[in-house]
Parts: sequence; structure tokens; C-alpha cells
Amino acid sequence: MGGLQIPMEQVLALAGLLFSCGLLGLMLRRNIIFMLMSLEVMLNAAALAFVAAGAKWQQADGQIIFLLILSVAAAEVAVGLGLVLQIQRRFKTLDMDQARRLRG
Amino acid sequence: MAGIWLIPFFPLASAVLLLLSAGRMPRQLAAWLGAGSVGLSAICVASLVNDFLADGQVREVTLWTWMTVAEFTPRFAFYIDGLTVVMMSVITGVGFLIHLYSIEFMWDDESICRYFAYMNLFVGAMLLLVMADNLLLLYLGWEGVGVCSYLLVGFWYRDPANGKAARKAFVVTRVGDTAMALGLFLLFTELGTLDIQPLLAAANSTWQVGDTLPVLATALLLGGAVGKSAQLPLQVWLPDAMAGPTPVSALIHAATMVTAGVYLIARTSGLFLLAPPTMEAVAWIGLLTLLLAAFAALVQQDIKRILAYSTISQIGYMFLALGVGAFASGIFHLVTHAFFKALLFLAAGAVIHCLHHEHNIFRMGGLRKRLPVVFWSFLIGSAALAALPFTSGFYSKDAILLSASEVGGIGLWLWAGGLLGALLTGIYSFRLVFIVFFGQAHTEPDRQPGWKMSVALVVLCALALAGGLLALPLADVFPAARAHEASHAIEYISIGTPLLGLLLAYLMFLGRQINFDRAADSIAGRRVRGFLFSGWRFDQLYEVLWVRPYTTVAHWCRNEPVDRVYNAIVASSQWAHHKLAALQTGELRWYATSMVFGLVLLLAVMLRNAT
Amino acid sequence: MTLAVLILLLLGGGLLAWLAERTHPNLPRWVALGVVGISLLFLLLTLPPEQLALATDPRHPGNWLAQLKIDWMPRFGIAFELAMDGLSLLLLVLTLLLGLVAITASWSEITFKPGLFQANLLWTLAGVCGVFLAMDLFLFFLFWEVMLIPMYLLIAIWGHENKSYAAMKFFIFTQASGLLMLLAIVVLAWQGSRVSGQLSFSYFDLLGLSLDPRVAWWTMLGFFLAFTVKLPAFPFHTWLPDAHTQAPTAGSVLLAGILLKTGAYGLLRFCIPLFPEASMEFAPIAMGLGVAGVIYGAVLAFAQSDFKRLVAYSSVSHMGFVLLGLYAWNQLALQGAVMQMVAHGVSTAALFMLAGALQHRLHTRDMGRMGGLWHQAPRMGACAMFFAVASLGLPGLGNFVAEFLVLLGLFAVHPWLAAIAAVGLITAAIYSLWMMQQAFQGTPDKQRTMPDFDGREMTAMAAMMIALLWLGLYPQPVLDLAQPVLDSLQALATPLDQAHSLVSKAAPAAGSGL
Repeated sequence: MGGLQIPMEQVLALAGLLFSCGLLGLMLRRNIIFMLMSLEVMLNAAALAFVAAGAKWQQADGQIIFLLILSVAAAEVAVGLGLVLQIQRRFKTLDMDQARRLRG
Repeated sequence: MAGIWLIPFFPLASAVLLLLSAGRMPRQLAAWLGAGSVGLSAICVASLVNDFLADGQVREVTLWTWMTVAEFTPRFAFYIDGLTVVMMSVITGVGFLIHLYSIEFMWDDESICRYFAYMNLFVGAMLLLVMADNLLLLYLGWEGVGVCSYLLVGFWYRDPANGKAARKAFVVTRVGDTAMALGLFLLFTELGTLDIQPLLAAANSTWQVGDTLPVLATALLLGGAVGKSAQLPLQVWLPDAMAGPTPVSALIHAATMVTAGVYLIARTSGLFLLAPPTMEAVAWIGLLTLLLAAFAALVQQDIKRILAYSTISQIGYMFLALGVGAFASGIFHLVTHAFFKALLFLAAGAVIHCLHHEHNIFRMGGLRKRLPVVFWSFLIGSAALAALPFTSGFYSKDAILLSASEVGGIGLWLWAGGLLGALLTGIYSFRLVFIVFFGQAHTEPDRQPGWKMSVALVVLCALALAGGLLALPLADVFPAARAHEASHAIEYISIGTPLLGLLLAYLMFLGRQINFDRAADSIAGRRVRGFLFSGWRFDQLYEVLWVRPYTTVAHWCRNEPVDRVYNAIVASSQWAHHKLAALQTGELRWYATSMVFGLVLLLAVMLRNAT
Repeated sequence: MTLAVLILLLLGGGLLAWLAERTHPNLPRWVALGVVGISLLFLLLTLPPEQLALATDPRHPGNWLAQLKIDWMPRFGIAFELAMDGLSLLLLVLTLLLGLVAITASWSEITFKPGLFQANLLWTLAGVCGVFLAMDLFLFFLFWEVMLIPMYLLIAIWGHENKSYAAMKFFIFTQASGLLMLLAIVVLAWQGSRVSGQLSFSYFDLLGLSLDPRVAWWTMLGFFLAFTVKLPAFPFHTWLPDAHTQAPTAGSVLLAGILLKTGAYGLLRFCIPLFPEASMEFAPIAMGLGVAGVIYGAVLAFAQSDFKRLVAYSSVSHMGFVLLGLYAWNQLALQGAVMQMVAHGVSTAALFMLAGALQHRLHTRDMGRMGGLWHQAPRMGACAMFFAVASLGLPGLGNFVAEFLVLLGLFAVHPWLAAIAAVGLITAAIYSLWMMQQAFQGTPDKQRTMPDFDGREMTAMAAMMIALLWLGLYPQPVLDLAQPVLDSLQALATPLDQAHSLVSKAAPAAGSGL
């Protein structure tokens, strides 16, 4: 291995920070595009944690999961943007608080 | 005689045939089938009576075992002794005459087929009642005659009033019947059988005179008898039951069915003798009923209602006789009453028939010359009813009063009450005769009774006159009665009282020497008259006591109060549904936020548990 | 094998009737009539007549009239186990006969999807037959459901104006109580496996287990609820007036004639024999419910203006007598209860058929709009009168024998209860005659014309009249058929007053259970 050795705690702190940013974005933004982006940030935060953990214990699992998350995120973006288009067409807005037809 | 089963079979079979024809039978055939089947039974009964009088043997016939469950084995079996023979003769004999009369009376009715079917069914059921060797078969006949009575009272079903009278008759008697059924349960539970003769034997060997159980059992049986025989407190149905065709009133509500209660008590006399309190109650019920009904009869205006009240009153005499232990006298009065009351009803029916269905006696009058046969029949019937000397009613009523006078203690009261009743009977029966047949004519008859009616009337006249001379073969049935040794004074009073009644009736309603009009028109007089006219307001009392509470409760409950509990369950789950559904806002961010907080909460709990 | 063939015949016949609709809309009813007729003949012809009088030991299925056991899920001790004794035979014959009546009653009434209708009818019959035959509790529950669902469809699809409410109510009541029964079945089998070391759902294995009194009490209650909802007993009866009123004629006939009897059968076959002590402990409450049902049903019947509702409430009243008879638990009362099951099946089926015929002709069930119908339809009037007096317990007809035996048996145990229940005889007279008055007597409406009963309807009516007369005048064949079964069942449980030792053991547990 070798190279740049960043302490585990810092990496995890960064991942946590990213995750919280994403979470806050998800909860506070009303625009669905921003919500999707926040989701991406959260996914990547988790992925970062996996990579760091994989590096720490010298296991390939972390990278494998990172790849998995990558593909999931890609799929999610594909589906999500499709939905965004539909929502835009139906509701003429991207404000998710307007799209609440599932209200019980 | 082998074919005893044929006696009830003829009318029952004829009823089935008539019912199956569904009204398509020609009326000639229907009428003669109906009357003929009862006639055939009467011939069989005559032959049976002949045999019975020759050898005096009790006859027992078993047709089949009804059911066998554990020790409960009632059979379709007949027990023919002197009492049964007497009852059978009355039922088929008087029954046949009334059927004959009905042919003419009902000729113009469109449902004559149905009429004769019901009548035959009634005769069959009544025969089963008196021939039954066990109380369950007796109960079958008992309920059977009740249903026939219901059907015939409501025969003209288009008038709702008739339907109401029919239902009243059935339900009121059903109250008594239910008591009787409980009596049967009690008897079977205690004695293990319902066959009458073994039952009486078992009762006599198990129970002592004055034990509680026989008192209870006989009181329950008495309930049935009181209902069927229209005695206090269940007498209210009989006056209304006059809504049926008049021959029906003659057959069912005068001659046979209403005396079934008397028959029941006489049949189970062995049991009643074990229960002196019940016997005393029977006597008092009889006395009170006979007075109550006699007073009510004094003020009625409908010819049939007068006769109905007089029937209640005369059955009261029979109960009085049973209550003082003079069973044979009671049955004797039953027989003579069947003759003269059937005669009276048929004569009244002839009047009604000939006067365009007029029932009100004050719109009759002066019929003596216009309907001579009917007049003489009615006169003879009334004489027998009032117990004028040497008519049949005289002998039987005299015997009852004598027996009452010989009982120590309460006997004197019973005798005096009975005598007062006899006086009233004289007054109301001749009031009827004088108003209907004498004085001014108000309605002209449009026809004369034909030969069928006349024959029935004449034969019954003969029986009503001479029936008192019959010697009924009851000696072996009941414990021997004491020989009467009454003083001449009592004898003379008994003879004189009805004559006094006749005289009073003459003075009040024909000669007009005594005039009560002013007293009767005063306020108090009107009240009293109204009170008596309504039958001592028993109807109103029961309306308040039973009918209205029942209908009110039924009305409250009609929409199923129990469902409120289930509806409450439904409502509460619906309420919970609405509350929970409110959480689902449809806002994505709200979902995300609640998930986050949920997760945080979960993590916190897990962390706390871990440390 | 006979028994399985019988059920398969009905199930397959239903399918056939469904398919027959494609050929001709009138074909299904002929198929259905044929299938039920063949089933009835098949049942009667394959019966070994010499065995009818044999006593059947409830613990040994070998000497029953017919028996079948095929392994189904041996791992859980569940088998396809059917057996028939005199009681089942009696009820099967009643079921199939009333099946014929039901098909006749709805002969021309159904125009929408007649094939599916007849199929549901036959499947209901199959379910009922299964219920009367199943001797494996799991299988019993299966048939219990098989009986329920086609019936639900009959009401929900072919019912009257308020059908979905009634059907849903019927379904929820039956299903909820059925689930309690399933729970009780599982608990019972599990308890049985703890005693015998082997899991089995077979009735014969579960009889006579000595259970912990408290467990027995709660398990018994599960069975009791399921069966009394079906019976129905006060206060679980409220589904019945709605279901009966809304169901098509055939549905009402089946519901009143047979489905109610499955509840009584369940109590008699399972609930009391499986939990003798707990049941006898519970008997006073059950009998109290019975008396309440007798009176309450009769009072409410009187208050109704809807012909079918009136008859439905009269069923509540009559089934109260069954409950009384079963829990009085002596020979007289039990025979009375069985007799009532048969006689009430016939008389109420006839009354519902009448109600259906009236509704078909007048398009109303409201008795306020009837009156004087005797004039227009004397044959209907006469039939109505016959069955009205049958239902008020006229001696000489089957219902009287039943009610008299029940009350006679009950009187020996609880005289006061019998006295109160006897009031039901009076109230029955009140509502029956009131029904006759409102519908058939009174002033006829001159403008109204309606056809009287035709030959087909009169045949069905005549058959039921003859049956009731026969039951009333010579009930011995029915009594003889049921007697050995009742004897053997009765040997399993002893009423409390004869078993004081049991009282002292079970009472505290039961008391705390309450």
C-alpha cells in the first residue's frame, strides 16, 4: 500500500458530514432535482465510508460495495430523472409539496 | 267394535280431500262430503255407544307408537270409557246436526269447500282430544281445535276485525295451553309417564292429598282449562270469537271446544282430587266467571255476544261443579248445555240468516209470527238455558247447585252465588226472547229457514227438552258421589229462582211494569252499563298490562339494539382508520423526515440497550 | 370412498353447471338439479342399511356407516378424514333435499350468470356436506371456509338492494369467529401432542384428552363462538336478518335450512364432546343465551314489516331451542334439538321459498303493501298457513315434536328456564299469525293480479308438507337414526349435577378464566 495515509476518523467524519448534508438537503429542499442530488450525495457518503473501511482492513469488499453503489446510483438517476420528467409534465412544477396525490 | 279409529278418520279424511280439491269441488259434493263424513262418524259412535252400554267395557285401541325417546313413549292410542263415549256422542251428534244446518247457512258462500274442510278438521281434532289415552295426544287435539277455531273465527278473512278476533282467540288460549304444556312437563318429570290411566295411578301412589307437587301440576293444567273454556282470567277471547260464521259459534264456541277444559279436569279428576286447593280454586273461578259473564250478558246488544257471555257463564257452572267434586254433574251440564246452546246459536243463526245478517237485537223484534220454527226453538233453548223446570238445563243445573250446597264451609257461598247466577240467567235469556221475538218488528225477514235448518233445530229442541232424562254412563269414571239429601226448601228455591228471573224479564222488557230507563240513563247508570258492556273492562286491562308493553318493547327493538354494539365496533375502527390515514400526507419530504427520525429513535434505543 | 365421491360430485357438478351456461342459459339449473338428485340417490343407494341401527362408538371410526382416511400432511398429523354416522347421514339427506328445494325455488328467478349461480349453490352444498363429514379438525375448518365463500358470493352478486352490506356482514361475522375456531383447533392439537407425543388433528385422537381446565375453557370458547355465530345464538345473530333478507331465495333457503345447522352440528359433535367438563361448566350461560334467543327472536320477529326479516328472526327464536336442547344434554332434549334441526330446516326453507315467490310476483317484501293475498293466491295462502302453524309449533307437525322434547328434557334439568322458554310458544303464535294477517288476510287489493303457485312450486311445497307431517306424526325413523349417535356422544360428557367431583376441580380454574 503506502501513499497518502489519511486517518480513518477523518475519512469517516467527512463521510458523516457529506451524509448529513445530503440528508438535510433531502429534508429541506422542495425541488425534486435537488432532492435527487441530495440522495446522490448521501449514497456517495456511504460509498466513501465503505472505501475507507476496505482500505483499513485490506479487504476487497469495500471496493465491491462501492461499485455496487455506483451502479445503483446510476440506475437511480436514470429512473429518477424519468420520473422527474413525468412529474414536470403532470404537475407543471418540480415542487414535491405540490405532488401529494397519495394523501390518505 | 274394531273400527274405532274410523271415527276420527272420517272427518279428517274428508278434511284432507276438501283441502286437496283446493276449492274446485262442486259445492253440492263438498257440502255433503263435509256433513256426511261427520254423519258416518256419528253412526259409528252410535254403534259404539250401543256396544258400550251393553257390556260397559273400557276399550283401548293402539294405532302406533308416536315416538320412543328414553322412557318417553306416547302412543297414538285411544281410551274409550263412559266419559269418552259421552263426549264422542255430543261431538258427532251435535256436530252432525250443525254440519247439516251449515249446508244451508253457508250455501251462498264462495268458500264453502274451505268451510267444510275446517269444520271437519275441527271435528277430527276434537275427537282425538276426547279419545286420547295420553296427555300428549290430548294436547295434539287440544291445539288442533285451537287452530281450527282460529281458522273458522277468521273465516271471512277480508275484514281485519275478524282476523283480530281470531288471533286474539288463539293467542289467549295459547297462554293457557303453555301453562298446560308446563303441567305436562312437570307430570312427566315427576311420574315418568303421560298415559292418563297409569299417570293417575302413579300420582295416587306417589303423592298424598295436599302435597305441593299435585297442586302445582293441577294448577298448570287448570291454566290450560281456563284458557280453552274461557274462564277467568282468560275469558276475554270468547265474545270476540263470535266473528265467525254462526254454526261455528254453535259447534266450537258453545257445544264442544270451549268445554274441553271441563273435560280435561274431569279426565284428570284423580289428580285434582289430590289437590284440594286447586279444587277450591276451580270452584271459585267457576263462580266468579259465571256471575261476571251473567252480568255482562244483561247489557249486550249483539245477539251472538249475549249467547257468548251466557256460554262463559254456563261453563262457569260446570267449573263450579268440578270444583265441588261433582264431576258427573259437571259433565251432565256439559251435555245438556251442548244441546240447548247449540240450539240457541242455530236459532240465532237462523234469525241472522233471515234478517240480512242483522246482529243487533234492538233492530229485530216481533219475529214470533214471522219465523215460528225459529221462535219455538229459541224459546225452548232459552227455557233450558234458564233452567225452567223439566227442561234439560233444569236437571243439570239443579244437580250442580245441590252439590254446591252440600259442601261444608264455602259451600253456602257457592250455592248462593250460583243461585244469583240462575236468576240473572233467567233475566238475560228471556230479555233476549222478549226483545227479539215479541214487540214491534223493526226488520222484515226476507226468507224462511229451509228443511236442513229446520231439521237440525227440531232435533235439538227435542234434545234440549228431554236431554235431562238421559242417564250418562259415568258411574265407573268418577268416584261415587254422595246421594243428594237436600231439604225441600233448597229444592223449591232452585225451582223458583229461574221463574223469578223470567217474571222479572217479563216485567222489565215486555210488560214494562218495571222501568229502569231513568236509572240506566243517569251518569252512574251509563257508567255501570258501559262497564258491564265491555265485559268488566278486561280487554282494556289486558291492553294496558300485556298488549301495549309487548308492542312497545317490540317497537323499540325493531331496529336491532344488539347491532349497536357491532356498529360501535365498526365506528371505532373507522375512527381509527381516519386518524391513521391523516398521517399519510402525500408529502415526500414528510415521509423522509419521519423515516429519519424513526431511525434515529431506533438507533438510540438500540444503543441504550447495548450499553 | 363414497363420501369423497359425494363431495367431488358436488364440486365437479358446480364446475359443469358453470360451463353449461355457454350452451344455453337454462341448462345450468337442470345440471344442478341432476347433480344434487344423483348425489342424493348415490348417498342412499350406497348405504349399508343393516348398519343403521348399530351404535357407533365415537372413538373408533371403524364401525361407522362409512369412513375414509387418506394422509394429507402427515408431518402435521393432518389427514383427509371423512366419516359418517346416523347424525351425519340425517343432516346430509336434509342438505341434499333442501338443495333440491333451493334449486326449484330459484328456478326462474336468476337471469344474471345462471351458471355461476348454480355453481356457487353446488359448492356451498359441497362445503356443507364436507362439514358434516369431516373428522379431521383441520379439514373441518377447510370445509367451513368452502361453505362460507360461495355463500358470500351468492349474497353479494345475486342479492337484493342492500346486498354488499349484508354479504360483508355475513362474511366478517363468520370469518372472525371461524378464525377463533382455527386458533382453538391449533391449540387443541398442540395440547394433544403434548399429551400423546404425536401431533394429530383427527377428531378420534383428540376425543377424551385430559386438558388443563383453563386451557380447555378458552379453547372451548373458541369453538363455541364459531358455532354460536353460525347457529346463530343471541347476541351473535345480527348478521342473520340482513343476510337472509338480502340473499336470493335459494340463498335464504340454504342459509336457513342448512347452514345454521352446521353450527348446531358443530356444538353437538365437537364443542361439547371435546371439552365435556368445560362445556358443562358453561352450560348455564349457553342455556341462558338460548332462552334469550327464543324470546328476543320472537319479539323482534313480531316487530318486522319485511316478510323475510320476520322469518329470519323466527329462525333466531327456533335455533334458541336447539341451543337449549344441546346444553340440557339429556336424551330427550338432545333428540329434540336434532329434531328441531331437521324440522326447522324444512319449515323455514318453505317459508323463505314463499317469501321469495311473493317478492318475485309483487316486487316487494314489505307486508304493509300486501294484504288479502289469499283471495288472489289461495294455494300460496294455504301453504303459508300450513308453515306458519308449523313454525308456531302445532302438534302433529315436526316442529312441535322438537320443541316439546327440548322443553321436556330441559324441564328435568332447569324447570324455571323451561318455563321461561315456554313463553316462546306464545310469542311464536303472535308473530306467525301476525304474518298471516298482514300478508294473506285482510282486504285484497282489487287492482293486483298475481299468479298462484304453479306445479313446480306446489311439488316442492307438498314435499315439505309431507315431510313435516311425517316428522310430526311418526318421527321414530329420525329418532332411531340419531339415537345411537346421541347415546355415544352423551356418554362422553356428564351434566354437572351428576358430576359434582368435576365441579370442585374445574370451578376455580373456570372462575379465574372468566
